[in-house]
Amino acid sequence: MSIRLEVTSLGVSFGTTPVLRELSFAVRDGAAVAVIGPNGSGKTVLFKALIGALAYTGTIAWAPGTRIGYVPQRLDLERDLPLSGRDFLRAKAALVHAAEADVERASQLVMLGRDVAARPIGSLSGGQFQRLLLAFALLGRPNVLLFDEPTTGIDEPGEELLYATVERLQKEEHLTLIFISHELSLVYRMATEVLCLGRRGVSCFGPPRHILTPETLELTYGAPVDHYLHEGHGA
Amino acid sequence: MEPSALLLSGTMAVAAGMVGCFALMRRMTLAADAISHVALPGIGLALVLQVNPIIGGVAALLVGAVIIWGLERRTGIPTETVVGVVFSAALAVGSLLATGDELLEALLGKSTALTPLELVFGLVTPVAVVVFLGMARDRLLISLVSPDLARTVGIDVSRLNLAFLLAFAVTVALGIRYLGVLLMGSLIIIPAATAKHLARNVRSMFGVAVGVAVVSTLAGTVIAALAHRPTGPVIIAVAAACFFASLAWHRPA
Repeated sequence: MSIRLEVTSLGVSFGTTPVLRELSFAVRDGAAVAVIGPNGSGKTVLFKALIGALAYTGTIAWAPGTRIGYVPQRLDLERDLPLSGRDFLRAKAALVHAAEADVERASQLVMLGRDVAARPIGSLSGGQFQRLLLAFALLGRPNVLLFDEPTTGIDEPGEELLYATVERLQKEEHLTLIFISHELSLVYRMATEVLCLGRRGVSCFGPPRHILTPETLELTYGAPVDHYLHEGHGA
Repeated sequence: MEPSALLLSGTMAVAAGMVGCFALMRRMTLAADAISHVALPGIGLALVLQVNPIIGGVAALLVGAVIIWGLERRTGIPTETVVGVVFSAALAVGSLLATGDELLEALLGKSTALTPLELVFGLVTPVAVVVFLGMARDRLLISLVSPDLARTVGIDVSRLNLAFLLAFAVTVALGIRYLGVLLMGSLIIIPAATAKHLARNVRSMFGVAVGVAVVSTLAGTVIAALAHRPTGPVIIAVAAACFFASLAWHRPA
């Protein structure tokens, strides 16, 4: 199995405050890696470094030919921005030389209706907007999907649907998936590997059954979390 | 009214309407007005050196755009703040350099015969701005929604920001001659604000903004000539009337 991503001694600091320190891990092609950790442990920062939006030390090596689709956690948009979902998708399609049919295909894959895509993006509900972002990420046929869990604006059924879609897409499109999640039951179900980020630069990486243990979770979150683990085993 | 002057003000209005759409969507409303004042020290300096004030104004605007871009990039301070500081400094320096009637002309525009240089600048610049915006449209739209997403599509966000600021600066410079720097910012923002209120997608926003800008400019020019009033303020008054009229309209949700 070939390596899709190799991260070696990655470090990111904001001013003098280190957020990520000496982080190393490798992701196989087709893997589903869950990134877990408490708020402020640098999960989103890791994603931003992976897409090259932040300055970092160490190396991030993507395999040649990697095309990344990125679904950010949330975006700060004006409600009355006169930009429709379709405008937004077409803009990317034009840049990555995707055909009009690809816009349709991406919208169908995430179950984004035509009527919803015609509305201004600021007026979409949290779940609709997240599906639009997912469709945007899928345009241009990426082989890697970076998915940052939406923490606001989506109700539980909506979130479940979103993850079911992502899970289905990963299999259908043979994507390498790297996702941030707070739901350990989901992580247990979907992940082939788990990367845990704790505060103060503690990290661990391995298969779910090795990482999702009370000891490791306590080390990561700084508090016992067996409650989550029971849910995880039950799922 | 000379036909060449009408043609020039019409093309200026097209560029202003389009630049305004992006400026507004990028939340540069205040910045748009403020950047226009950056032309002042250049105009003042040109008057002192006895060269065409437009050259001085364009130079100052381009330098101002690069300074704003550099500060924003280096410090991470939002554009609005950086523009606010640069603008105040430019206004102070400008009012020290230019005085009296000259300053008033620079601020509010004047209506004397066009020099060949002004004619060429007035025709080539708006065409260049419109072509640039047409080509960069998709990249600008994605990066205003999210710079991070733009990066994953391979867009050089920082370079794009600079290019847009420069296009913005030369569009403002276009207005020095007709509207004066004080009012050009308004011709960029008011039609776009009208369009933003009415439009639900990008195409209709461009259409309404360009339409309002062109109609205000041409109608304002004619009304001003008939009523023997300065052109710039009348143009802006017409544009503002369009904006207030649009508020009576409720766009479909």
